Amino acid sequence: MSNEKKKELQVAALENGTAIDHIPPSQLFKVAQLLGLEEMDNTITIGNNLHSNKMGSKGMIKIADKFFDDEEINRIALVAPNVVLNIIRDYEVVEKKTVTLPDELIGLVKCNNPKCITNNEPMPTRFDVIDKEKGTIKCHYCERKINKEDIVIL
Amino acid sequence: MKSKSLVSIDQCSKEDILRILDNAKKFEANPNRKVLEGKVAATLFFEPSTRTRLSFETAVNRLGGRVIGFSDASTTSSSKGETLKDTILMVSNYVDLIIMRHYLEGAARYASEVTDVPIINAGDGANQHPSQTMLDLYSIQKTQGRLTDLTITMVGDLKYGRTVHSLIVGMSHFNPTFNFVAPNELRMPDEQKNFCDQRGIKYKEYTEFTEEIINQTDILYMTRVQRERFTDLEEYERVKNVYILRNDMLRHSRENLRILHPLPRVNEIAYDVDDNPKAYYIQQARNGLFARQAIICEVLNITIDN
Repeated sequence: MSNEKKKELQVAALENGTAIDHIPPSQLFKVAQLLGLEEMDNTITIGNNLHSNKMGSKGMIKIADKFFDDEEINRIALVAPNVVLNIIRDYEVVEKKTVTLPDELIGLVKCNNPKCITNNEPMPTRFDVIDKEKGTIKCHYCERKINKEDIVIL
Repeated sequence: MKSKSLVSIDQCSKEDILRILDNAKKFEANPNRKVLEGKVAATLFFEPSTRTRLSFETAVNRLGGRVIGFSDASTTSSSKGETLKDTILMVSNYVDLIIMRHYLEGAARYASEVTDVPIINAGDGANQHPSQTMLDLYSIQKTQGRLTDLTITMVGDLKYGRTVHSLIVGMSHFNPTFNFVAPNELRMPDEQKNFCDQRGIKYKEYTEFTEEIINQTDILYMTRVQRERFTDLEEYERVKNVYILRNDMLRHSRENLRILHPLPRVNEIAYDVDDNPKAYYIQQARNGLFARQAIICEVLNITIDN
């Protein structure tokens, strides 16, 4: 417990808001982009390559006075399925949320198949998540499978 | 079927398949049944396919329905930039059924989502072509007297061939054994092999096409090896003549063996095979008419008397 406190203190403490922990360092800026952080006026602290007992090094994002809804969280799961969201109120973690890929992704990911109808028609893309652990998704329309590393976010 | 459209063979349960094949048999006995009297079907062929279109249009005509449509998208407003959605909704104002072929993958599924008129997918790019699978299944059932416990050998382009992938799905209800014969570059993808593994379907892979394999086979499903699939043209030159079926290779084959091919063929079945009674690819295409009549009735919820 005390160890965790110390780690939290590698970046500034948060009074109210969300701390997103255990972000793979390579995915940190993608996560920031997916959450639309550059559009936000909230106080945001970003740390990367922080020491982590669990994963060697990690990234972390703290956003003051921001609580995400599920759809925003789903976006993170696409690139960083193992992150932990700490919901903080009055300097205390009141809730820890893990993110999981939803069964279906609508309008989030581009289909990699140029001959897919979704790339030729004004319509939202739709993917079935066929392997939540590996992050493999399958286009609902052209049935092309896309591995996690090849996922292109819209 | 879950939906009244037929977009992909994997939406058909075993019972759906058996019911459709049963109706196809009735249509073979009597193809002229006026169950579509007063109905209009559209054949929207955004990509030309004369064989499939004529087969579907004959099916509608023999059922007493009427057909509107186009055989080439260049003469339609989609060439002016109209979206598929608008074209489908416009045609939906006029007809009871839409049979469509499109060069884009997923087009038929999308069409089935924007309209209440039943859609029959007559091919969407390299994706699905369920009426082909249904006629393959009908041909197998008809020539073997059953669908269960058969050994099916697939030869040629098993990587890109959508007909072989769909046939695996269609046959998966009937305890088949598969032999996959293909060059390394065109071998059966993991996705299909995983599908077989999950369902406990037995299969073996070969790179050589031998009499020994043929002699253990009930259905020999030949496909075309296409030059454009190869990155290495030397490899193509090497394999293009390896997967050719010649009449003398059938010497010791089973009595019930039948040779299928989705057509068109190039050189993968030598012409001396045509006269062998085990050659079935021309009759197979004819079965497409009956299978398509049955599919049309299925999506329109029309029951067929004996």
